[in-house]
Amino acid sequence: MTARLAVDIGGTFTDLAIERGSGEETDRWTAKVLTTPHAPELGVLEGVRVVLGRAGLQAADISVVIHGTTLATNAVIERKGARTALLTTEGFRDVLALGNESRYDQYDLNIELPQPLVPRRWRVTVPERLDNEGHVLRALDEGAVRKQLDFLRAEGIESLAIGFLHSFVNPAHEKRAAAIVRQVFPELPVSLSSEVSPEMREWERFSTTVANAYVQPKMASYLHRLEEGLREAGLTCPLFLMLSGGGLTTLETAARFPIRLVESGPAGGAIFAAHVARQKGWQKVLSFDMGGTTAKVCLVDDYAPQAARAFEVARVGRFKKGSGLPLRIPVIEMVEIGAGGGSIAHLDSMGRIQVGPESAGADPGPACYGRGGKQPAVTDANLLLGRYEPDLFAGGALKLHPGAAKDAMGAEVGARLNLSPEMAALGVVEMVDENMANAARVHAIESGKGYEGRAIIAFGGGGPVHGYRVAEKIGVTRLLVPSGAGVGSAIGFLRAPVAYEVVKSLYQRFASFDLDAVNALLAAMSAEASAVVAEGSFGAPAAEHRLAFMRYVGQGHEIAVAIPARELTNDDVAAIRAAYDVEYTRFYDRPVPGSDVEILSFAVTVATIVDEVKPIAPVHDAPAPNPVRVQSVRDTATGEVAEWAVYDRAAMAQGAEVPGPCIVAEDETSTLVGPGWHCRVDGLGYLELSRLAR
Amino acid sequence: MSTDSALATIQRQIQWNRLIAVVEEQAQIMIRTAFSTTVREAGDLSAGIFDLKGRMLAQAVTGTPGHVNSMMESVGHFLQKFPAETMKPGDHYITNDPWLGTGHLHDLTVVTPAFRRGKIVGLFANTAHVIDVGGLGMGPEGRSVFEEGLYIPIVKCFDRGQANETFFDFIRAGSRTPVELEGDVYSLCACNDAGAKRLVEMMDEFAMESIDDLAEYIFDASLKATLDEIAKIPAGSYRAEIVSDGYEAPVTLKAAMTVRRDEIVVDYAGTSGLSNRGINVPAAYCRAYSCFGIKCVVAPEIPNNWASLAPFRMEIPEGCILNAPRPYPVSVRHVVGQLLPDLMMGCLHQAVPDRVNAEGSSALWNPPLRGGAQVSGAEAELPDFEIITFNSGGTGARPTKDGLDGTAFPSGVRTMPVEATENVAPVIFWQNQLREDSAGPGRTRGGFGKVMEIGAKGDAEFAVNATFDRVANAPKGREGGGEGAPGWVGLDDGTRIRTKGYQTIPKGRHLLLKLPGGGGMGDPRQRDRALVARDVADGLVSEAQARALYGTD
Repeated sequence: MTARLAVDIGGTFTDLAIERGSGEETDRWTAKVLTTPHAPELGVLEGVRVVLGRAGLQAADISVVIHGTTLATNAVIERKGARTALLTTEGFRDVLALGNESRYDQYDLNIELPQPLVPRRWRVTVPERLDNEGHVLRALDEGAVRKQLDFLRAEGIESLAIGFLHSFVNPAHEKRAAAIVRQVFPELPVSLSSEVSPEMREWERFSTTVANAYVQPKMASYLHRLEEGLREAGLTCPLFLMLSGGGLTTLETAARFPIRLVESGPAGGAIFAAHVARQKGWQKVLSFDMGGTTAKVCLVDDYAPQAARAFEVARVGRFKKGSGLPLRIPVIEMVEIGAGGGSIAHLDSMGRIQVGPESAGADPGPACYGRGGKQPAVTDANLLLGRYEPDLFAGGALKLHPGAAKDAMGAEVGARLNLSPEMAALGVVEMVDENMANAARVHAIESGKGYEGRAIIAFGGGGPVHGYRVAEKIGVTRLLVPSGAGVGSAIGFLRAPVAYEVVKSLYQRFASFDLDAVNALLAAMSAEASAVVAEGSFGAPAAEHRLAFMRYVGQGHEIAVAIPARELTNDDVAAIRAAYDVEYTRFYDRPVPGSDVEILSFAVTVATIVDEVKPIAPVHDAPAPNPVRVQSVRDTATGEVAEWAVYDRAAMAQGAEVPGPCIVAEDETSTLVGPGWHCRVDGLGYLELSRLAR
Repeated sequence: MSTDSALATIQRQIQWNRLIAVVEEQAQIMIRTAFSTTVREAGDLSAGIFDLKGRMLAQAVTGTPGHVNSMMESVGHFLQKFPAETMKPGDHYITNDPWLGTGHLHDLTVVTPAFRRGKIVGLFANTAHVIDVGGLGMGPEGRSVFEEGLYIPIVKCFDRGQANETFFDFIRAGSRTPVELEGDVYSLCACNDAGAKRLVEMMDEFAMESIDDLAEYIFDASLKATLDEIAKIPAGSYRAEIVSDGYEAPVTLKAAMTVRRDEIVVDYAGTSGLSNRGINVPAAYCRAYSCFGIKCVVAPEIPNNWASLAPFRMEIPEGCILNAPRPYPVSVRHVVGQLLPDLMMGCLHQAVPDRVNAEGSSALWNPPLRGGAQVSGAEAELPDFEIITFNSGGTGARPTKDGLDGTAFPSGVRTMPVEATENVAPVIFWQNQLREDSAGPGRTRGGFGKVMEIGAKGDAEFAVNATFDRVANAPKGREGGGEGAPGWVGLDDGTRIRTKGYQTIPKGRHLLLKLPGGGGMGDPRQRDRALVARDVADGLVSEAQARALYGTD
């Protein structure tokens, strides 16, 4: 039986997972090795050796390798990309520097704005200009292109982005300029804005194109070295790359558009959650991944993580929206806030408890690690509430020091508020839970979705600890803690379809709908996406989905409306118009009378069909296990201390049910089952928490 | 402290935090659903929650400072006309009265009561700048507020959930962009409703009968923190002056700031009198930008609410341009009002020199553009259009950092992409890039201004309602830093045009705008040589200027 291998390169660790078989018959082996930043393929190859050894498999047994990596993201954050230039329209040299001419913080006079990846000296212009319909207002000055290329060659430029105004409507000038580059400077890699991100809004499009050019030489080289290394190790099977939008693509496509790989790790986590949602048959889910420094929240509807078309990388204002470089690519939409186990608590000038975004990191870590940390972190607060047994944290690998936690909490939070260290700890945990709940609420609003009635799927070290209280704060009554959450992203890769999304702008109003133009565009997009998928699907059945991004004429934000994946007829057009009103009303209560509707752009996604998930067989009730111990835990809602039973997750059979308040402990994390909740092990070994009443 | 009272302390903090999230939700819904580009693209809005006495408890972080405390004062005016006890669920109240709202007719303010179990518990308010309210349009040309557009007194736009169709008929008829205007009113009401719903959820969760106790806690903590910060500013009296280009004559803005142990009072005696054109500033707008300028320096981290703004008082003489009475024209009050933070920092520089910036371009350079038959009559080559984009020059140098290039300050708005603008109006931007040699030199230099060159499609005739400042009076540096380059307004053939007022751009010509750079801070010869070399290599500073101002070899 063949096996599949997933590799997720993160900043610190490279995670690997092998799966063999399917459904309930699946065997899984995992490994974690240190990432080797100077030559990441070395860490991967070491990890492959380790995980194959654990599985007792040979390289030849692996039928497919799926790879995700944060290398592109890190290159942008650390500014370690190629010497990149931008060739752009005369009169628009500073699109990257001007951005949207705003500050992301109104009151901070010392704000830093993100610096463009290309300094002004390498942002060069040539005479050319198209209008908004793609008509030529000014022909491309080819002599000027050659002259600029001579300059860039002399400057030692290693990668070139070309971005002209309105090129997403008519790419002719960009294509012609690229042809000249191939003629006179053939070794220079080129990224065209009309290919990397063919959408309206010059700042976002140029920023994305420049970022692609910036990481492209390095990523292409790395990917080819990896392919070669894997082949030498005997892995001759196909290699796929995980995209930030949640699909898989071939190495060739990834090497051309590496910017589409930026958020592939977190995307894996969201796909993991989506797969779990599908196993459970839960159509509306909030995935909640809380780690050491941040918490990530993602909406998962109908078993698909929420998609977005914009992302910000390398935020300089510590998670503040607007402080990063904009990327306009297909991504899985999530909100990330500075709230993790290491997040530090302090009081602001009004005596308000604040948590994060500063983090104690791994060294010195929270005060309770006993490594000299003097500032209280969320982990310290959890310890002081009695949620952790000091000798058994992380499976006993790390002994915690409650005294140090108490001192830090008392000094930094308790004293000024006249609270005991324990009540100060309660304040810290309530505040971090509140912050995560608020982030989830606002994220749902910004996405035009509701959060009511969702279930939460919690993972990461902190997700199962904080999940029930966050759920209470947003009115959620079901919470799931799956197993295997430690390498969730890598497992997610194994669930991803081979997929590719093409987004293009084509402005349409319903009052003057150009059916032929729309059909021609959609057919071309479909062909493009299908061709990319065919390279990697080996004939596996694929499905196509199409979306139109629509809004009332004059309105600012589009709503995605599904449209049929076939040639459209006039009847379809009327149905699409009607579907928009229905969608709009669902979010905002009332449609706006008398307004025409416009379409800004279309998306076509082709994806291989993911294997059906077998419904989970109902499990019979099993006896509740005996608690392994009790802990005195302070309830953050009431402040009362009670004895909470602690159960060993490994000892809980499928169908076993325990009432809250209690703790279900395992090495990687603890699942807190709050008062009023109960916890049952389902047919997959997942912990399902339900809230009765409080 | 007992567990119960300790828990109460913590829960009040949680509730305060929640209120700030609730008003942020309110603002985000407005941005998502608004029709006017000024709201959805530029973010010219504000949102907040108030108690039944009209005191603001929390304000959304998203938004622009011009609406700070002008919206806050506004809710009191609504309550005077419609006392809280007369309000019903489903009611929404609206006005654009510059003296009861936020200073010009383009800003709509909507107030909505929140009910829990049939009892009114709080008020939500928001303000948004809409694209058109008829009249002369956004510009300085009006000689009274009556020429500046549709005037909406405080009325109900929704009565117990029913749209007031008479009201909507009037506003549709009175605007060049009726669909956007009506859509915006719906959007403002929807976002207040969402805020009210969240407030009630919070009150249920914490079993709160009213928000009065929470309000007192927020006000006490905010006031105390603000007073602590004021106490760090050396007490004394500080004076500063700025000259704005004005419309018919230059306008002198004069401030005497007195810092006491428990308050900061600004007296505007000596400031120029009223203008006959729409650059006059209603008092609430003057207070808004004065407060913002002081707060950025003195207490930037304390959230805005009734108590945190209370220790900052303005004494604005009658008859002064910063205290325009009805019916003086006020449409582009930002041109003068947005200079006030620079004036406040001029005073505070004498007290805390290492905490303030040099002067910047400051007042937005928004070219309101119009074309078609409204401009060219029967000869029009283009369909009618009306558009405004928000643009900025350089900000002032900071004590340890350069100013920001082409960035809005003090305004909190964003600009629109050129591609998006060209898709909604038949205009072509021929240039939109940084203006070389425009930054005021200094140890830290000002931000660079930018150059904009705008034509109509087919180089047809169009018009601009000019509202540009800092042309005759450049942004000043501090501590030996040089002035930023003054602005320049004209045509692409070099002809200058007036900096304020309605003017046509003839067929075949483009409007050329050179936006001011920010002033510098400190002696330019002390500037890090590597930074001077970088600016030269980037083509932002010419070698001639580097030699002349920075003393490079």
